[in-house]
Amino acid sequence: MTIAEDPATTAPGYKWVGTRMIRPDGFEKVTGRARFGADLKLNGMLYGHVLRSPHAHANIVSIDTSEAEKMAGVRAVITRADFPAPSGPAGDQDLQRNAMAREKVLYEGHVVAAVAAQTRGQAKAAAEAIKVVYEVLPHVMTVDEAMAPSAALLHPNLMTKGIDPAPTGPSNVASRALYQGGDLDLGFAESDVVVEGTFTTKPVHHGYIEPHAAVADTTPNGRTTLWCSSQGHFTMRAMSAKVLGWEPSRLKVIPAEIGGGFGGKTTIYLEPLAVRLSQKAGRPVKMVMSRDEVFRATGPASGTKIVAKMGFKNDGTMVAAELWMAYEAGAFAGSPAGAGSMTALAPYTVANFLIEGFDVVVNKPKVAAYRAPGAPMSSFAVESLIDEAATKIGMDPIEIRLKNAVTEGCQATYGPKFPRIGFVETLEAIKNHPNYQIPLGPNQGRGVASGFWFNAGLNSSATVHVNEDGNVIVVTGSPDIGGSRASMALMAAEEFGIDAARIQPVVGDTESVGYNDQTGGSRTTLATGAAVIEACRKILADLRGRAAKQWDVPLDKVEWVDGQAQHVDGTQPPLSLEDLAKGWNRTGGPLTASAALNARGVGSAFSTQVVDLEIDPDTGHVTVLRYLTAQDAGRAIHPSYVEGQLQGGVVQGLGWALNEEYIFDRNGKMENASFLDYRIPVASDMPMIDTIVVEVPNPGHPYGVRGVGEVGIVPPLAAVANAVEHAVGRRLRDLPLSPVRILDAILNKDC
Amino acid sequence: MGTLSRLARRLADLVGAHRAALQPAVCGPGIAKLGATPLDGLPSVGLARLRGTHLKYFAPSTVEEAVGLLAQPNTKVFAGATDVIPQIRAGRPEPDALVDLKKIDRLIAVQCTDAKWIIGAATPTARLTANAEFSAEFPGLAEAAGLIGSDQVQSRSSLGGNLCNASPAADSVPAMIVNGARVVIATANGGTRSVAVQDVPTGPGRTSLAPGEFVVEIEVDRAPARTADAYLRMIPRTEMDIAVVGVGVRVTLDESGKVTDALVALGAVAPTVVRVPAAEAALIGSTLDDAALAVAAAAASAACNPIDDKRGTIAYRTHVAGVLTRRAAVIAGQRAAEKNGASR
Repeated sequence: MTIAEDPATTAPGYKWVGTRMIRPDGFEKVTGRARFGADLKLNGMLYGHVLRSPHAHANIVSIDTSEAEKMAGVRAVITRADFPAPSGPAGDQDLQRNAMAREKVLYEGHVVAAVAAQTRGQAKAAAEAIKVVYEVLPHVMTVDEAMAPSAALLHPNLMTKGIDPAPTGPSNVASRALYQGGDLDLGFAESDVVVEGTFTTKPVHHGYIEPHAAVADTTPNGRTTLWCSSQGHFTMRAMSAKVLGWEPSRLKVIPAEIGGGFGGKTTIYLEPLAVRLSQKAGRPVKMVMSRDEVFRATGPASGTKIVAKMGFKNDGTMVAAELWMAYEAGAFAGSPAGAGSMTALAPYTVANFLIEGFDVVVNKPKVAAYRAPGAPMSSFAVESLIDEAATKIGMDPIEIRLKNAVTEGCQATYGPKFPRIGFVETLEAIKNHPNYQIPLGPNQGRGVASGFWFNAGLNSSATVHVNEDGNVIVVTGSPDIGGSRASMALMAAEEFGIDAARIQPVVGDTESVGYNDQTGGSRTTLATGAAVIEACRKILADLRGRAAKQWDVPLDKVEWVDGQAQHVDGTQPPLSLEDLAKGWNRTGGPLTASAALNARGVGSAFSTQVVDLEIDPDTGHVTVLRYLTAQDAGRAIHPSYVEGQLQGGVVQGLGWALNEEYIFDRNGKMENASFLDYRIPVASDMPMIDTIVVEVPNPGHPYGVRGVGEVGIVPPLAAVANAVEHAVGRRLRDLPLSPVRILDAILNKDC
Repeated sequence: MGTLSRLARRLADLVGAHRAALQPAVCGPGIAKLGATPLDGLPSVGLARLRGTHLKYFAPSTVEEAVGLLAQPNTKVFAGATDVIPQIRAGRPEPDALVDLKKIDRLIAVQCTDAKWIIGAATPTARLTANAEFSAEFPGLAEAAGLIGSDQVQSRSSLGGNLCNASPAADSVPAMIVNGARVVIATANGGTRSVAVQDVPTGPGRTSLAPGEFVVEIEVDRAPARTADAYLRMIPRTEMDIAVVGVGVRVTLDESGKVTDALVALGAVAPTVVRVPAAEAALIGSTLDDAALAVAAAAASAACNPIDDKRGTIAYRTHVAGVLTRRAAVIAGQRAAEKNGASR
């Protein structure tokens, strides 16, 4: 279902944009031919294995690799001694220390050493033979523990940024983000209804199917080729180079097909280890993580604690909001506390607010980006309180959001003014959908929530070639994690006016196309798409020029229509793309153009969702009955993949809300590092997720595109909590809402 | 689970591809040496990928050959490998050799006589759940067997494996116990012995089987008239999960609908499956009325001796054991009533 703002003006006769072509990479993927990170084999290839810390926090007293080095099949062993001392900005040093522990290990799973051997078994056996002496230190696992006055410190020199006056000593708080406006005391004094509570969320993992994998091949002259599955091979190149102490240009990174990223494949883990092992062994080295390693050593999303208080007038007007939010960063600074702070209240106008977001290090794996990083947690708190306020006031949950919704021209709580946005349209779409009227039975509840997320712009490049047969190659450097090849092909087809099947979209390596930032921040269709459109338009200008030359007419007499150059007066037979390609020998040579840009005019993404669920009052088990999500996509280039993104965000959000959590034992070791006990949803857990693609074009993009990949995961946490509250009559503020928690709430209702 | 089922499928391929080479050796003496099939040289999928070490694989075609192989030290038997492979991958001590029971005809056969069902211990649970007669006679046991893993795992998993893996949460075990199932065990001296299913597991991961012994068959007496079972489990998801609590109930009704016999067994609430005589006593003589069900539920909760762990709390397991006992008893009673007078 698609709702366009005004079909007469916003769908100006596109022929390819908005159609549902079969994705260009589909055949290879469904037939098992696509080559993912772990599929590459090279002659003479060795296998790498990582030795990881068994402790959550410990000094490394000594590492003895002598036994391991003598073992059968072993060709290289690396430790901290094989990497340059950390240097550069704090973030770079953290990257280096996370890739290979230096003075101490900061979480269970932290890399201590790695071995390359002829077989996996030999590599594993040798890694286990490395003797490491640890001095175990006290560990801190939660923001409460880490922020306690007497807490064990992870980093002796970590001074909190964003505090005035600056702190005099180190702590586990890396920074504080602060957003404020109006007068908070006045706001609460004016409030008729005040709601407040403390909310917590656990670390959750993306659960991408494909574990991290890398193959490195270093030649004796030092040039290295690295194959890996990532969301951005240019970034893998830059980050790996930092850890290796190299210039990025020494590395060529070839992107493997990627089996799921969701933000988790935006940083390095195995890559620099594989390179260093390969360099030391003089052979190609392959490394593949087990699922256990993925859980213990790659970035989850932050666990959080949020203390929130909001005030409303009796007519539903939001007049005050105060948020104190602490985000676990894992072992190194860099949680999305800032993004969580910026997005928390972004969908609403509120005159008086104070948002503080703390970035707190704990003895867990360093968090990684995860689909709208930071936003689902802060939204969970805010959207839960809005629901409570609506109940107290006696207002419909959609109406209270409409009352406060931001529109074009409103100033966001994080600063800028919104251009044309489609938030209200998502609320109206839900309100008017039949799902919202379905009567509920006993033990059933309905929950509504909305969410906001940014679109990133950043840097993109594209190169477009026309082949001699008139077909077109579109090369970008953006890994395809969500159907971007299809959207690139459709946009190029629209520009050229030719069948999208004649466009071959390619993800080029770091030496085949200009620099591209990562596929992340919902930016690729928007930003890389803009580069593709610009490159296509350069070729179209070239083509018109060649036709004008051939016809000996001024350029303005030539227009490009339906895949061919036409004389505006119709005095010449048209020249098709094939005709012009065939003739390039005498018109100026091959047809190719590149474009590179800092993407501007990025959109804002809003989503509103409603869930109906039923709770078994005797077991606490939740059955999701139906789900409806409405999201402003600006312009859906390929509606199927837009709908897929909307649904995918909901699925991951439901997992986060209901059952997913990292469980640690007393020693800070993860207890559920497998898909058996880390419970992502299975297919039969999911209802049909109905989608409404709202199309309010982004004025900053040639086709009106908004990024769609992330915001869908923002509302489900609160939507589920709100529905549970309406089903059982208890407000639950601690995720996940597992059967154990829900049953406890039901049985202890009077407490 | 995808990886696991791929491994399982691959394992089946390996067996097919190498059986010819294996067969002559297996038929003669000295099988343990000659029949060895190191997997290192095979494509790097399947067992070879476990560690790339010296794990050997045998696929005997008779019980006697299997007994001979298991006489070798540090040899482990499997009926489907859906537990063994993940356990080795997770770092459990690796045996020198694995003996696959799936190539022994007797171990993958399902027979029904006038007196009993005889189910080969390695019979894929998918075959059992697809058996309409069996499923009609023991709907609870068939459901429990069908809950082990995914569809793919179902083509490998087995009652014998589920029992001998000795997980307190094994789904099929409470269902077998309430049906009075027994196992025939091949002994190391070439004979057999028979014991009740509840006497096989002795604790998490431990069984009463002696070294070299393995389960050949599971025997279940034909269900009496107006008798039916039910198995229910609590999992946070809807499938692909491990029981937080599992409850098997079997009831026999008289012609008036009164319970004349009842068996109740709880899984995942103690180191081994727990029979609940007090719950059974509460049901016997009742018409499965609310009062009797409440007593049975309370008795089931009282019989629990669970642990707090990542899958559930003591309080949760204790409460839900009662809830599921009540529900399973009602379902079993309805099923028994529907069999109204029919012999089976």
